[in-house]
Amino acid sequence: MENINIILPEIFLFLGTCTALMVGVFFKNSYNIVIKFTYLILLFSIISIFLSSVETSEFFLMSFVRDPFADFFKSLILISCFFVLLTSQQFIKDQKILKFEYPIIILLSILGMFFMVSSNDLILFYLGLELQSLSLYVLAAIDRNNLRSSEAGIKYFVLSALSSGLLLYGCSLLYGFTGSTNFDLIQNELITKNTGAVFAMVFILVGLAFKVSAVPFHMWTPDVYEGSPTSITNFFAVVPKIAGIAVIIRFMGKPFDNILIEWQSIMIFLSIASMILGAVAAIGQNNIKRLMAYSSIGHIGYALAGISTGTVSGYSSTVIYITIYIVMNLGAFGCIYLMRKDGLYKEQISDLSGLSKKQPLLAVSFLIIFFSLAGIPPLGGFFAKFYVFMSVIESEMYALAIIGLLTTVISAFYYIRVIKIIYFDDAKNNFDENKNFNINLTVFLSCVILLGFLIYPSILNNTVQSLF
Amino acid sequence: MIEIGLGHYLTLGAIIFFLGVIGIFLNRKNVIVILMSVELILLSVNINLISFSIFSGDIVGQIFTMLILTVAAAEAAIGLAIIVIFYRNRGSIRVEDIHGMRG
Repeated sequence: MENINIILPEIFLFLGTCTALMVGVFFKNSYNIVIKFTYLILLFSIISIFLSSVETSEFFLMSFVRDPFADFFKSLILISCFFVLLTSQQFIKDQKILKFEYPIIILLSILGMFFMVSSNDLILFYLGLELQSLSLYVLAAIDRNNLRSSEAGIKYFVLSALSSGLLLYGCSLLYGFTGSTNFDLIQNELITKNTGAVFAMVFILVGLAFKVSAVPFHMWTPDVYEGSPTSITNFFAVVPKIAGIAVIIRFMGKPFDNILIEWQSIMIFLSIASMILGAVAAIGQNNIKRLMAYSSIGHIGYALAGISTGTVSGYSSTVIYITIYIVMNLGAFGCIYLMRKDGLYKEQISDLSGLSKKQPLLAVSFLIIFFSLAGIPPLGGFFAKFYVFMSVIESEMYALAIIGLLTTVISAFYYIRVIKIIYFDDAKNNFDENKNFNINLTVFLSCVILLGFLIYPSILNNTVQSLF
Repeated sequence: MIEIGLGHYLTLGAIIFFLGVIGIFLNRKNVIVILMSVELILLSVNINLISFSIFSGDIVGQIFTMLILTVAAAEAAIGLAIIVIFYRNRGSIRVEDIHGMRG
């Protein structure tokens, strides 16, 4: 019975999803019931995480680990998913994607992420990853009468299946050369020199880099972000990134801890390449969703810079970075939902011109969030970058820090260009009056957190310090 | 007669794996071929796992293989479904027709 307490959140999420599926099948026009039910499941899952919190422990033949690190990331996944669903309601109604499968597939992908974050075994890790990926393939193509959405689905499917294959090949080699699938046993095995396992590590790292869209495995990101419906883009930009970063930290901290020297140079390369491409390629973009895609590639580069130090302070700076990145992205997509004219959603950056004269509040929200994405003090995004670069400099990796700071300056250009278009260009569009409470709440909360992080940064810092 | 050892099985696995990867990147005709290449990659992993499992006398690898077979079936089903909805919208599944967005 004690074991049930350990996986209570997962059991709750799974049974809730099955019930929601039954409700969806047996009632007509069941979208509205199912979406309310989904909010309840998400809320109660968070509560069940706190109620069932236990000491760090491993269960089910040491394949499942429950520790503060996993609990933190699970709560983060649930909260961000809640806000993604909350902000996208109006959009889903306008775009007529009112299918009850939509929230259910999102719940299933979250279940997969839960197992990924908690896994202590290659088998459980792979199954969790596939449950997440299979749900994401369907989500990318959910607007099935739209050519661009189905094209995004096909591109994401092909490239993601390839990366799963690479990752799995790495898993099979790791199993062969260490003789075990358990992370603890692999870690002990790798104390002695093991060339085959290093080879396996490269394959696994490639697969993981693909899932978080780090350069050079980012090719799918701009197309999938642009093609899939904005609500799904919002989901893609936020939730799978949390799980991906959590799994990378888990892999680097546990099974591959003893081959730090081997993976460190690869991680530095991934980080620098992502930062540079994220800064340079976004400059010429006209579509705001494509801009957000390149922006997310750049941000993942900064998060990987923290991991590449291989120290506890580096890992915790990455966790802080990804938390603030989520807050910024939820706010940014909230603003993008508000670019709505006569029920149609605008995606071009030029549509924003002169926004400050018509809707000053929305313009100020854009200002705060985009300045924060650019990393301008005193907003939250600045502190996130500050912690990462502090830990990089502590580890004496000066070249990485210098390149990171330079790319921050370059990427500030395209964020500030958007602000310039909003504030200094001639008014062109007249967006619909904004009466959507859900989106206003999300954007407001995001702006408050980004502004208020300066006053009280220790809440997040202390929580993150206690995870390792 | 050569004794067939672990190395031979691993070489076979590696050859099938790289055939799958090359099939995805060099294929310029049909999306279904890409789906077959993905299946090839998963099969090569299965060969690897089973040979490792047999030669090290550890059953875990064979259990892993069973799970991978299941996942591969689910993946093929979802992939085909996505290809079907793409065909309905575009009227073609040639690889060069999948270029609505530049990139």
